[in-house]
Amino acid sequence: MSKLYSGAEIVFKCMEDQNVDHIFGYPGGAVLPIYDELQNFKSIKHVLVRHEQGAGHAAEGYARSSGKPGVILVTSGPGATNVVTALTDAYMDSIPLVCISGQVPTHLIGTDAFQECDTTGITRPCTKHNWLIKDINDLAETIHKAFEVATTGRPGPVLVDIPKDIQFQKTKYKKPKKENKLNGKSHNHFNQNSIDQLIDLMSKSSKPIFYTGGGVINSGPKASELLRELVYATGFPITSTLQGLGSFPGDDNQFLGMLGMHGTYEANNAMHDCDLMINIGARFDDRITGKIDEFSPNSKKVHIDIDPSSINKNVKVDLAIVGDVKTVLSSTLKSLKQKKSKFLKSNKQKTSKWWEKIQKWRSVRSLDYIGSEETIKPQYAIERLYELTKDKDSYITTEVGQHQMWAAQHYKFNKPNRWMTSGGLGTMGYGLPAAVGVQVAHPKKLVIDIAGEASVLMTIQEMSTAVQYNLPIKIFILNNQYMGMVRQWQELLHDKNYSESYTAALPDFVKLAEAYNCVGIRAKTPEELDDKIIEMLNTDRPVIFDCMVDKVENCFPMIPSGKPHNQMILGPKDQENKKITGKGKSLV
Amino acid sequence: MPNSKSAYSFSNKKEKFDTHIIVVWVDNEAGVLARVVGLFSGRGYNIESLAVAQVDEKLKISRITIVTTGTPQVVNQIKLQLRKLVPVHKVADFKREDKAVIFKEMALFKIVGPNNKLEGALKACKKYNPVLLDKTKKSNVIQITALRREIDKMSKDLKKFGLVSVSRTGAVAMTRGADIFK
Repeated sequence: MSKLYSGAEIVFKCMEDQNVDHIFGYPGGAVLPIYDELQNFKSIKHVLVRHEQGAGHAAEGYARSSGKPGVILVTSGPGATNVVTALTDAYMDSIPLVCISGQVPTHLIGTDAFQECDTTGITRPCTKHNWLIKDINDLAETIHKAFEVATTGRPGPVLVDIPKDIQFQKTKYKKPKKENKLNGKSHNHFNQNSIDQLIDLMSKSSKPIFYTGGGVINSGPKASELLRELVYATGFPITSTLQGLGSFPGDDNQFLGMLGMHGTYEANNAMHDCDLMINIGARFDDRITGKIDEFSPNSKKVHIDIDPSSINKNVKVDLAIVGDVKTVLSSTLKSLKQKKSKFLKSNKQKTSKWWEKIQKWRSVRSLDYIGSEETIKPQYAIERLYELTKDKDSYITTEVGQHQMWAAQHYKFNKPNRWMTSGGLGTMGYGLPAAVGVQVAHPKKLVIDIAGEASVLMTIQEMSTAVQYNLPIKIFILNNQYMGMVRQWQELLHDKNYSESYTAALPDFVKLAEAYNCVGIRAKTPEELDDKIIEMLNTDRPVIFDCMVDKVENCFPMIPSGKPHNQMILGPKDQENKKITGKGKSLV
Repeated sequence: MPNSKSAYSFSNKKEKFDTHIIVVWVDNEAGVLARVVGLFSGRGYNIESLAVAQVDEKLKISRITIVTTGTPQVVNQIKLQLRKLVPVHKVADFKREDKAVIFKEMALFKIVGPNNKLEGALKACKKYNPVLLDKTKKSNVIQITALRREIDKMSKDLKKFGLVSVSRTGAVAMTRGADIFK
């Protein structure tokens, strides 16, 4: 007879078989049996966070930078509700997470017991799927299934809620079923005909553009390699969404920079004027499209996505290819080589005028800003940070706001999985715990959270986690004392009524760093910035870097309210000329 | 025109709404109906009626029939989003006008009144093969099976005969002929 294991043991047996090496969590009454078993499973390291939201974002950072699912362990009630923001964040940005939550014992469910909440009810709309375990015999199978659901197809978060009595009960352990690759659910629903159509469209186009997104990153490093191959083989220009940065080298001449609300002039104009748009793993988000009725009016649109429900959701497309980016790109390249081996040569002339036009847009230099010798311009700070770290294979996380957009604009990424930012949900407080997770996955690498002083205060307690585990993360705060993006919108849209967007009584971040027993560094002038950044990079401990920047700098270029791609505001001067008009007071 | 205070754009498109009957085969497990219904409410889709019951005891499959309205794009999204749910096996979509599909709904009417009214009510239902399920001196319970809009009409028409209570199941659907939906 095979050995009987308790529910708590089974949780860890499953994790072992799923090759989990780190979990992020916080103990509490309803998960005590699981925590009791932790010491018996040496291959699994637990990272104790300071708030369950931090566990969730740390797991996201871990997952995004490593390509493996992030695992979270939290208790019932508040433990579970605290992780909801992170689950929603992961759901929006398609990050694989497996969250194990404790629940009150089965016989108490529904009685409003202490620390009881309807966890599966609350997390139903923000997970791909969730399970409440009612029978110990379902536990192992369910956890294995949870890992499968989280990591296959369009990745996303899942949750398994385990009542405390089930954690004590005993049963046999079931190993994960061996994947039968032929019978497994395929996520590729395209055929050669679609690939041929794509190549046909590509060869006919004289104004093409690749528009790539987080799907390329999610498809694995191989997808980024194939993307580069395809882009070089075609000579087409390429732009990327916020989430797709790094899949194509940011300093390559064919790269037009990020597109969308704070994208470059050349990327947005090229999107507007193109005759062929090839969307690879992006989802026509409203931050990308601007005014949807005037979005790229004269182009044929191709959409490559693993999720059929992304097709025709916001924008109707002419050719949909449902499949994994890696598989689609590899088929496309294969056919391209067979059918049009001299594609680049024959195509160069056709797209030469298009490139001329793009160069004209480029010459506008839309990311330029007015420099200063007295105050540190936030863009300058990011530029210097990039120049001083670009040889280091660094990992960058961000919070949400102006600093995030400046980081996306001015920090150039050359590899996938190096850029972790909350895009879909836009979660302030994401970056610090995410940096913790990234550093756990890559202990020897340089990990920097480019932060704003308002965002970082939302999860600042995780500095304590970083210190406990000797994670030398660098928190690079662009401190302008305002919720900068809120302030910018109030300036542009609400007649400079800066309602509640100034933070009085900010902490002294250097002293705060010292209180956490890490290192605080402050830079006040452009002159001292480089030295201070180098000091930060030479510190092998967690650092909070308080970079005092221009308080009223705005993030440009910008597609203003309800405008299409070709009507961008380029900078402070332009802002006056292009007063925002139109209807729509009521929405954000 | 007031100044825009929004970073979202507004759609001026007015598209036609169609009525569709969506049939979903799901694992009959805890919370599955909440998943389906939550998807509709969370994404702002309409539910006009909903009928659900287990149809396969052995495989534990339930069949959910939802009458909904939406633009072609929305109806397409409904189907694609439903297919993403883990316990969903298959999704069928029929237009209300579809001649190849039978749509039926059952209703129970309680009539209270004098004999002539009770008889009048029964007579009014004649077209729909009424079944008299319960009869007292003062009341009738009549069962009819008909299309949604026919039941809508009867619910109105029976008022004058002393209709006091209506209970209806929501539409269910099945294809005509030997074919089944795969």
